[in-house]
Amino acid sequence: MTVSFNVNGQSVTVDDDGEMPLLWAIRDELKMTGTKFGCGIGACGACTVIVNGVATRSCVTAIEDVAGEDIVTIEGLAEPGNATAVQLAWIAEQVPQCGYCQSGMIMAATSLLAANASPTDADIDAAMTNICRCGTYPRIRKAIKHAAMLGGVSKSDDGEI
Amino acid sequence: MVKLTRRGFLIGGAVLGGTAAGALALGVGYLSTIDTEGLDGTLRSDGSVGLTAWVTIQPDGKIIFSIPRNEMGQGVFTSMPMLIAEELEIDLNDENVSVEHPTELLPVYANFALPLRKHPENFSGPGDWLGKKFFGLMPLIVTGGSSSIVDAYTPLRRAGAVARGMLVSAAAKKWGVSKRDCFAENAHVIHRLSGNTASYGELAVAAAAETPNKNPKLKPASEFKLIGTPQQRTDIPAKTRGEAKFGIDTVLDDMLFAAVVQSPVFKGTVRSVDDSVAKRVKGYRKTVNLGDGVAVVAETYYYAKKAAGLLEIDFDDAGNGAVNSSGISAALQNALDNDPGHRFVDDDGLDAAFAAGDIFEASYEVPYLAHACMEPMNATVIVKNGHAEIWTSTQTPLNMQWAAEENIKDLKSLVGHVTLSGGGFGRRGEKDIVVHAVKVAVAMPGVPVKTVWTREEDIQHDVYRPAAAARISAALKPDGTPSAIDYKVALQSVNLDFSRRNLPVANGGSDDKGNVEGASHMPYGIAKKRVASAAIEVPVPVGNWRSVGHSYNCYFLESFIDELAAKAEVDPMAYRFGLLSGHKRLTALAQKLAVISSWGAPVAENVGRGIAIHPAFKSFVGQVMDISEENGLIRINKVTCVIDCGLTVNPDTIIAQMEGGIIYGLTAAMYGDITIDKGRVEQSNFPDYPILHMEQAPEIDVHIIASTELPGGVGEPGTPPVFPALANAYFNLTGRRLRSMPLVKHGVEFA
Repeated sequence: MTVSFNVNGQSVTVDDDGEMPLLWAIRDELKMTGTKFGCGIGACGACTVIVNGVATRSCVTAIEDVAGEDIVTIEGLAEPGNATAVQLAWIAEQVPQCGYCQSGMIMAATSLLAANASPTDADIDAAMTNICRCGTYPRIRKAIKHAAMLGGVSKSDDGEI
Repeated sequence: MVKLTRRGFLIGGAVLGGTAAGALALGVGYLSTIDTEGLDGTLRSDGSVGLTAWVTIQPDGKIIFSIPRNEMGQGVFTSMPMLIAEELEIDLNDENVSVEHPTELLPVYANFALPLRKHPENFSGPGDWLGKKFFGLMPLIVTGGSSSIVDAYTPLRRAGAVARGMLVSAAAKKWGVSKRDCFAENAHVIHRLSGNTASYGELAVAAAAETPNKNPKLKPASEFKLIGTPQQRTDIPAKTRGEAKFGIDTVLDDMLFAAVVQSPVFKGTVRSVDDSVAKRVKGYRKTVNLGDGVAVVAETYYYAKKAAGLLEIDFDDAGNGAVNSSGISAALQNALDNDPGHRFVDDDGLDAAFAAGDIFEASYEVPYLAHACMEPMNATVIVKNGHAEIWTSTQTPLNMQWAAEENIKDLKSLVGHVTLSGGGFGRRGEKDIVVHAVKVAVAMPGVPVKTVWTREEDIQHDVYRPAAAARISAALKPDGTPSAIDYKVALQSVNLDFSRRNLPVANGGSDDKGNVEGASHMPYGIAKKRVASAAIEVPVPVGNWRSVGHSYNCYFLESFIDELAAKAEVDPMAYRFGLLSGHKRLTALAQKLAVISSWGAPVAENVGRGIAIHPAFKSFVGQVMDISEENGLIRINKVTCVIDCGLTVNPDTIIAQMEGGIIYGLTAAMYGDITIDKGRVEQSNFPDYPILHMEQAPEIDVHIIASTELPGGVGEPGTPPVFPALANAYFNLTGRRLRSMPLVKHGVEFA
């Protein structure tokens, strides 16, 4: 089936099984590789994108369920040459090790900060359920607080990221 | 610069794993032509200039560092360039500076320190000379054993100084001045008298023709500007923008995708495959019998995976269908009881000491563990008319060489690209995934295909940290300290299994030194020691898992020492101090650990504290684990960690590796348990092979001991002490000694 949705502000159309996970449309059809495959069952969060402002695991989200929706991937967070507060904080705290999970972590953190400008440790624990095998959790926690200090997520007037 | 031909590689491959006599057969004259220094200049056909094997300067002034180690999160794409840049006077943050893994397999890129088991600064004599030529011939380019900085510390600083010397000489000639009046700064050479300056880009071509001074004077540590200071990682900005390219991110024109279904039973093979239903899936292109599994090629990975799930495969289970965890556990116990194994340490008088003292004995056991790298195993391959090109995230490009040579008929050329790795931990030293991808590509001539294992395939077809069992006994003096220790471990030999899978010659067994690493050189002053291992053979593949033998031997030994302290009713920190007399570095480390962890300060009743100290990979790590119990749930509150890794290069990376190594160990100690039934692994994905989450990650406080000793490794030594520190903290809290891992197996529940 033909499905259209918006990725980072651009309208795209794919012709695939409706049940095909959004992850594979993004990676294999649109050739955008910042969004990662980790587990395929929504357990690890490496594939996290933001759908209508909400952090969403794209490996278990069918494309037919996002028809017409606005999707932001890691590539769409900032204009080329720019960085969001979350990305700046990630660099300042030197968060990534291998970095494979970090696209998903940054998307989850971006979504958290959009909803909650100054999250507590408990808020961070509740929102950040992605897996990092390198063990960067202590630095992710610091970076989220750092990003909150930098002003968190800049929002457009309609509240979308 | 000496370039090794493909023929040269094959010669090297043929003698791999052989004896020194095999290398000698090649002739000392021939071997002496193998350049294991890499310090010459080269003018390349594309107009770029190589100043040593590690630095390329392009006509537009861009400077590329060739780093022949895999960046898998441990920071080598920063720490190794720092070593060069310190002497070459280059700002790593300059936008003209980049870092990449070379595609050329030069002998000089081999990791010499790893197989020769010593710092390059201490290489001497014909044995080491031969070893360098031998491992250069392969060339043994491998990232592992926490050895990258150990191996690179002096050679890469020397390379930077040699390159700088050539640039300074070229500038002096150009200006007709003495090079003593010239100096290098920020990628320029400056004549201090006239103020003339020239950029490295301007000077590079002339510099390549200069005769290198191969024994330049290196900066003393007191003059370091970069080394020993925290530098921002060069690879991090791209990793925050989704731009970093891992193997799985390889995108080629008209590329297809393959998913694999392997025999669920170890070493099983495909008898027959019915793909009639799979073929009906949209985008299906081909079914490929891999021997040990079946691949389906399709237009997206989704369709490949979907079609693979519809294959009807009849597997021969190779007679392994009855293998199970309890049988393996019984085999380990049997080996402890009945197989004398190999004695690595066997002091005279041990039996007399046991006859004279009180005897204390304890037994321990650990399970198989999976690596579970976040980036699933993958490789992208195109084969056309005997020419092959491979992209993969790997800890050694030899995987690509061997997979191609063994599976491509009439191979004429190969270009192998080592990409960033989404975690390695030892898993990516294996060639299995590359073999699969090459076989798939051979079946699809001229078409690039990216072969990716699912997470389920990754968990069920790992090379596991071996299950191991130990029995340790001590003869005790009246003061409760040991006069003798008898240490025996039973397990599968990692080196035997690794070499059978990956190398031409198998090597290992009960006499595999890796079986007892962390025990055979225990730091404690115990008068009589016996350290032995007995290897069992079962068809479960085992491999190098972050810290390898240290991961279990540290748990066994540091648990046992803690038990002796408890039996003697002595504080476990004080007890260790008593046994460490004469070990200056560990004594200093333990003292620092006691101070910064406030060891001995009163704690609440629901708090437990455990300690472990351990030498590994030429470094020393001590940890204090603080846990607490509330409503029956255990929480890991804090880990205080002290490391002495000698001279530091990028201290923030060292801290990061301690943090990461601790969390990697905690995941294993709390939950890690690969179990086997009916010849197959019972776990398959993160829900049944759980990984620590954010909410469970403790506070981690890392302190680095200032030192002028040669550098030790940092990627692995943070992991081993976690196991005993946690078990010892649990004992301190509850009085219950947990002699096997993981803790959840004992009914421990975590907050």
